[in-house]
Amino acid sequence: MVGKLVAGKKVVPVMLYDLSTCVWCNKTKKLLGDLGIEYSYEDVDLLNGEEREQIIKIVRKWNPLCSFPTLVIDNKTCIVGFKEEEIRKALQL
Amino acid sequence: MNEANPESAKAIEDAYQQLKSSAESAGYQLNPDIDFTIELIKRLLVNENRYGYSACPCRLASGVKADDLDIICPCDYRDPDLAEYDACYCGLYVSQSVVAGKKAIAPIPERRPPVAQRKNAVPLKTGISSSDRLPVWRCKVCGYLCARGEPPELCPICKAKKERFELFPL
Repeated sequence: MVGKLVAGKKVVPVMLYDLSTCVWCNKTKKLLGDLGIEYSYEDVDLLNGEEREQIIKIVRKWNPLCSFPTLVIDNKTCIVGFKEEEIRKALQL
Repeated sequence: MNEANPESAKAIEDAYQQLKSSAESAGYQLNPDIDFTIELIKRLLVNENRYGYSACPCRLASGVKADDLDIICPCDYRDPDLAEYDACYCGLYVSQSVVAGKKAIAPIPERRPPVAQRKNAVPLKTGISSSDRLPVWRCKVCGYLCARGEPPELCPICKAKKERFELFPL
């Protein structure tokens, strides 16, 4: 899995595609931190060149509008936007 | 990260006061949650610093101004989102109902078309195709005319409410 790893309790693979400038992305990071789970994230706005293109391709696969935050849980559930209840439910927390 | 805070507290406060007064003078409202709004303004300043224009902090800017014109704050999508969801995509601008505490803001689906569709849009200088023609609204109080999906919440000229607008026959 790509991205930077945030240590925590291992549940399922959790990947967050976000923007460093987006307040809703930051709220999502904070929620994942408060839940204390292990997750990875990628600040897509801070990437350049080929790396950025590759990540955008992956985000589009999950979310064709390529909007943020795009959260992928266990490689099967994609939640777009800071939807706290949905995120908790998908993580069964 | 230096980039996250390129401006002094004073510059941010000034930017906030300036934005608030220009918003209110045009009939718009900033989010009354001041901490949240200040946070958004800081991020707009980060983007202004990074790209040379204040791209929406909640969207992925390309860094090419011509491709990002629609997401320079206030973005092209603010008013339709205010009308439908009571807030802009970021939550910087909110409706009168949110200010009055009658409504809360919730995540807003992205209205900006995907890149392939944006590339196919009719360029401004060739004019707007007839299928895209917007209705024209007239403020019955002051005569202000605007071509858009719905009238604004407040007339930017005389501050009359949306209900005081009528469809203007073309």
